[in-house]
Amino acid sequence: MHNGFKHTLIILVPLLIVFAALPGVYQNHLLLFNFVIFLILAQGVNIIYGFTGYLPFGYVGFFGAGAYGFAVMVMHFQTPAVAAVLVAGLVGIALGLLLTPLLRLTGAYFAIANLAASLAVLHLVANPALENITKGPYGVSLTGTFNPSFAYDAALVVLAITLGGVIYLRNSSFGLALQAVREDAVSAAMAGVDVVKMRVIAWLASALVAGLAGGVYAWYVSVFYPDNVFSGEFSIFAIVFALFGGVATILGPIVGVIILYGIYNLIGFTTPQYFQLVYGLLIMGLVLFLPAGLMSLATRRGWHVP
Amino acid sequence: MLSYALIAGVLFGLYFSLVGIGLNLVFGVMRIVNLAHGDTIMLGAFIALGVVTLAGIDPLFAVPLAFVVFLLAGVLLYWVLVPRLQGSSNPEMLSIILFFGLSQVIEAVTTIFAGTSERSIQSRLLGTVFTTIKVKWFGGTPGRGGPIQILGQGFPAPWVIAAVTSLIAIALVYLYLYRTRLGTLTRAVMSRRDEAFATGIDVDRVSAVAFGIGLGLAAISGVFAPFMFGSITPAFGADATVTSFAIVVLGSLGNPLGTALGGIVYGVCYMLVQTYLSSWADLLPYVLLILILLLRPSGLLGRRVRVA
Repeated sequence: MHNGFKHTLIILVPLLIVFAALPGVYQNHLLLFNFVIFLILAQGVNIIYGFTGYLPFGYVGFFGAGAYGFAVMVMHFQTPAVAAVLVAGLVGIALGLLLTPLLRLTGAYFAIANLAASLAVLHLVANPALENITKGPYGVSLTGTFNPSFAYDAALVVLAITLGGVIYLRNSSFGLALQAVREDAVSAAMAGVDVVKMRVIAWLASALVAGLAGGVYAWYVSVFYPDNVFSGEFSIFAIVFALFGGVATILGPIVGVIILYGIYNLIGFTTPQYFQLVYGLLIMGLVLFLPAGLMSLATRRGWHVP
Repeated sequence: MLSYALIAGVLFGLYFSLVGIGLNLVFGVMRIVNLAHGDTIMLGAFIALGVVTLAGIDPLFAVPLAFVVFLLAGVLLYWVLVPRLQGSSNPEMLSIILFFGLSQVIEAVTTIFAGTSERSIQSRLLGTVFTTIKVKWFGGTPGRGGPIQILGQGFPAPWVIAAVTSLIAIALVYLYLYRTRLGTLTRAVMSRRDEAFATGIDVDRVSAVAFGIGLGLAAISGVFAPFMFGSITPAFGADATVTSFAIVVLGSLGNPLGTALGGIVYGVCYMLVQTYLSSWADLLPYVLLILILLLRPSGLLGRRVRVA
């Protein structure tokens, strides 16, 4: 685990210090918070897509379910926010367990089924018939727990846990086994890797991360509608950020979020259509010219990328 | 009420088959997931709108126009995008992301030119060409173009026209695949791409044509979208893509004719749920999609099961 320690020291600690210090010097706290959320989600996608090859096109399902887990706990049981965030993580895991049969599907089938699953959860939560529990399409308002600075710190904790998980995957035999399964499941099984167990653990870890992120997000924004927290943009952005940087690395998704989400905020809010156009072209260019991400530029030269 | 729901379901189902069949053809031949499928449908609807507002003629004339335009666009697009994609390590996965990017571009460009407002076409305009011909050749007066009677129940005329057009289009796809040389080659590529390549089939040419036909069919279905769904916006594409996937997977991914069955099953379910459980109707496509994928991943007419 020597490498793991080194990666913690040179990536995780500096990143956390920077994001812990930034609110003091930069005024747009919501933007910083969104950066942290996308760092978490991109790493969550990295865990499942980078290390196992399953493309979670409906990743936002876990995020939204976590947000609503938080909301339901706070609204109906008056739980303290920290406990509700933990419950949000558990909701993510529960939804992940419910969806484990999807892992039997491969390739595009899995991606599509996962997308459908997230939309099904959205329509379930937003159903007016369940207004007593989730407030249906009318949205929830959690003014009682509203405390952005604590929520921001909680997001940093979740980010630390997530990054710790990815550093472990990058440096352990477990992560290596997962990548072996991704490359060739049959050969990995013959080498003594328990394929199903490995995949399920990675899947649930990734679901947990998104659930926690959803809980923290609900805590931070405190007023939201189903369409906000189940917005397909979360899945797409997380996937594109991770892919842009390069999956199955620690640094890739971080670089992806900082560059692309930075560009997003530079050109984003004034003219949404032009922004969407630029973004779409960027995605296409990425797939056509740099399918293995920015980090592949370095690995192609023989440099080791953490 | 039940028989109304069933007949309306079959009419919608035939239309839904047309919505999905292009997506399935593209996936079957190229193993490419065209997430911009819904956006092609949306563009087809805008062609219909253009025909009505600019030329002032029956939107049915948009059908051949949309097909030809998108056949050519598809062939062109294929040569730009696909060979590069096939050379990468995981084309199936990357195609999802690539075509997602394309769908964003299409949606953005359409929004820039057309705005975000909902647009619709008066439903009595569809099919005016038939009334005109009837009046010209057989005399009589133009009717009011009211609902069409089937088994004693009245249905809006655009539903029937869309269903009949879909039926004709699916029959033509069948003829293409089973009665022409290029169609036979297409089926060869569908069943084994590498072996087809080894036998000397020009896989790229066959795929390019199939891609063009796939987009063309999507655009045709788009011509009827304003009538079937009431109105159309540039953001319509994303929903249409998911619905198309539900239909295609229901039939079986990779078997274009299975889509016809999938569409009808979907249409009947859709109408039944709308009639009896309307507040849960939104959930239907997704739940149906997941159930089918889990219980019978090969679809209703599938041959091979794709399980890891």
